[in-house]
Amino acid sequence: MQERQEDILGLAHKWHNEGKQVALATVVSTWGSSPRSCGSQLVVHEGGEFFGSVSGGCVETAVITEALEVMQSGTPRLLEFSVSNEMAWDVGLACGGTVRIYVEPVTA
Amino acid sequence: MRAELLEKIIHARKQARAVVMISHLDTHTQYLYSGNGEPDADSIPEELSAQARLLLKEDRSQLVETAGGQVFFHVFNTPLRMLIVGAVHIAQHLAPMATMCGYDVTVIDPRKSFASRERFPGISLNTAWPDEALRELAVDGRTAIVTLSHDPKLDDPALAAALQSDAFYIGALGSRKTQAGRRQRLVEKGFSEEQQLRISGPVGLDIGARTPAEIALSIMAQVTEKRCSETD
Repeated sequence: MQERQEDILGLAHKWHNEGKQVALATVVSTWGSSPRSCGSQLVVHEGGEFFGSVSGGCVETAVITEALEVMQSGTPRLLEFSVSNEMAWDVGLACGGTVRIYVEPVTA
Repeated sequence: MRAELLEKIIHARKQARAVVMISHLDTHTQYLYSGNGEPDADSIPEELSAQARLLLKEDRSQLVETAGGQVFFHVFNTPLRMLIVGAVHIAQHLAPMATMCGYDVTVIDPRKSFASRERFPGISLNTAWPDEALRELAVDGRTAIVTLSHDPKLDDPALAAALQSDAFYIGALGSRKTQAGRRQRLVEKGFSEEQQLRISGPVGLDIGARTPAEIALSIMAQVTEKRCSETD
């Protein structure tokens, strides 16, 4: 029920220690209307289970897909979703803002 | 992020220490800045640690364009806390609500039958006298204090201690008539009417709340309003 920063980071740590591949997604900038502020995080493991949020549910699916690729490649990515972005409409960022999200793997 | 950095952030939060995660988004280099000068702080370029210091002070995570590229400063501030005096029915609703909003909550009441595990599952309880408890808990500028006992024996010493602290919010339950009595008693203890303007009383936003849960909601809303107005 509670969604605190330490719970998200704690879960990232726990999953990593269990030998799972883990990625962290962090909102690094927002422009216009966006539901989650800078620093909001989401953690996801290789099985696709996730905790936390980086939007009001609009871009999480796309972020998780990218996160799975980041786990594979081991290289972080900077994602951007906005109304001027075709993909953003596809994933439904309907609030009219722009959000940039840094996705990074948790490494040993 | 290296697991070792993750551990350091988690550890800092357990110890209620503020840290700033500095991530270079082009080179993916990362540093952990801690406010109180940890040994590895030396390896952070001066330009970056100066920016981290500034953003920590403003409690603001931010992406910054530097000469070396885009750098994200992620501020992990000390935990928000709410100290509730009076383990009454409203407190039973307010404590979980504040927890959900990200506050570390402690309910203070020397009456052990009120401050019981059964009534407050999963919430920290302190059964010291309120002024002692507040001193022991080292109130800072990230702390909200709410008195709900409705009993001057408990609420007055708590409010006196709260007024001497840096708490960002102080709220006192009670009708306008009760508040007038409280103001008078605190004046006699040496706290001027002006100093007492820091106290929100009657507590909570005026949304016509009636039930304990609704009153808790109005208090949580007012605490939120106060915190957000300070960081904007």
